[in-house]
Amino acid sequence: MTIYFTEDHEWISVEGSTGIVGITDHAQEQLGDITFVELPEVGSDYGKGDSVSVVDSVKAASDVYTPVSGTVTEVNTDLEEQPELVNNDAEGEGWLFKVTLSDKSELEGLMDEDAYKTFLESL
Amino acid sequence: MSEDHIEEPIAPEALPLDAWHRARGARMVPFAGYLMPIQYEGIIAEHEWTRTNAGLFDVSHMGQLIVSGEGAAEALETLLPGDISALKPGRVRYSLLLNEDGGILDDLMVTNVTQNDGEPTYYLVVNGATKWDDIGHLREFLPDEISLNHLDDRALLALQGPRAAEALERVIPGIADTLSFMQAGNAKWNGVDVGVGRSGYTGEDGFELSVPAEQAEALAEELCAQDMVKPVGLGARDSLRLEAGLPLYGHDLDENTDPVTADLSFALSKKRRESGGFPGADKILSLLAHGPSAKRVGLMIEGRMAVREGAAIHAGEARIGTVTSGGFAPSVGQPIAMGYVEAGHALPGTKLTVEMRGKAITATVTDMPFVPHRYFRKKS
Repeated sequence: MTIYFTEDHEWISVEGSTGIVGITDHAQEQLGDITFVELPEVGSDYGKGDSVSVVDSVKAASDVYTPVSGTVTEVNTDLEEQPELVNNDAEGEGWLFKVTLSDKSELEGLMDEDAYKTFLESL
Repeated sequence: MSEDHIEEPIAPEALPLDAWHRARGARMVPFAGYLMPIQYEGIIAEHEWTRTNAGLFDVSHMGQLIVSGEGAAEALETLLPGDISALKPGRVRYSLLLNEDGGILDDLMVTNVTQNDGEPTYYLVVNGATKWDDIGHLREFLPDEISLNHLDDRALLALQGPRAAEALERVIPGIADTLSFMQAGNAKWNGVDVGVGRSGYTGEDGFELSVPAEQAEALAEELCAQDMVKPVGLGARDSLRLEAGLPLYGHDLDENTDPVTADLSFALSKKRRESGGFPGADKILSLLAHGPSAKRVGLMIEGRMAVREGAAIHAGEARIGTVTSGGFAPSVGQPIAMGYVEAGHALPGTKLTVEMRGKAITATVTDMPFVPHRYFRKKS
């Protein structure tokens, strides 16, 4: 299992051709209290960088972009009743959706954990 | 992830409490030309703390103005629809700065701070984002013999919540008990004068404290040393005022909105309705008599997704309005909104739909406030 990060503050944990996607701890911290998560539809196909989900916080709504192209296979339905899971555990129980990757080479353009840390420090 | 931020055109300035906010873990954001604390521990926690204890808000970005001189009340009445000449010393009133078409240039608080039959003196608190325009407007339209002073050497703190009076009593003893909602007085603290008004923008009991800028940090520190007081940021200020049904200038009100459509007719004093003589009086009095074509209303939003400023409101297929403020309401437990709808759809209970990100969300017109006001009114 390998975790990658985007400059838009999403993470994707990849095992084989399946990825689990969420927003980073830094992102949830910036958004503040999350009150609603609009999840993508299971079965939909998306291209890398498409807006697939929206995270609503008390102050604003933010788009979540998928880091890779592929088909959504599962969404985190626990978030329907407990959107605060994203605040409490953004990179664990607060995951958003699972995706079957259609092009694994897209991962090459993403950051690893160290690179993401360096990126955050540069902000 | 991306967020919609409104970029500020010029570098924002720091306010007197800047370092104090940062030391307390605030996240600072540009607002009205200043860096302001949006939150400390989290908007929902701060919101709930204010509804149950007392929150301290730094609102030093707002404009504090003094209008004084013989005839100051009459001069203000040429610009505002309030009965300022009937406002007694120590009384506070909500009013509106109007343009010639009856549009709202700003909403503000006026306090009569005249001392012992001295020269008539009025203290105005205006919005931060509009204060420079307001000052220009007042300078242009007030007669030369009326002076206008901008108290830019003072900070403004708001202490709000059901335990605000108890906290204030500990720090500045003796003043809270003398004031009822919309009354004001002066107190000495640390050798300086603090202007104290019993008013606010949360729907709760509370006070606004005008203090010399160099003393602001010491006062904030002492207030927050009380166990029922925590600093609260702009984020919770917005969710609290939305629940209280209070409009936010630049969002729910602007110069194309008149007081009747904005459902602020209470700011049109009875005497002024009879005498007129304020900007846009003909138009506003006609709207009062015949009814406006649209009205500001509250909306209860079904589901968990918030609707935001700018979202279209529909009745069936027809577009009949626009959301001007919206968000999750922590004390209500669901999203709420404020917006303008055509008069025929403004009755409480009317079901409408709001279009948000391609979805049609059910909204019900609701009486405001969403959370009952708990202002303190002394029994006389």
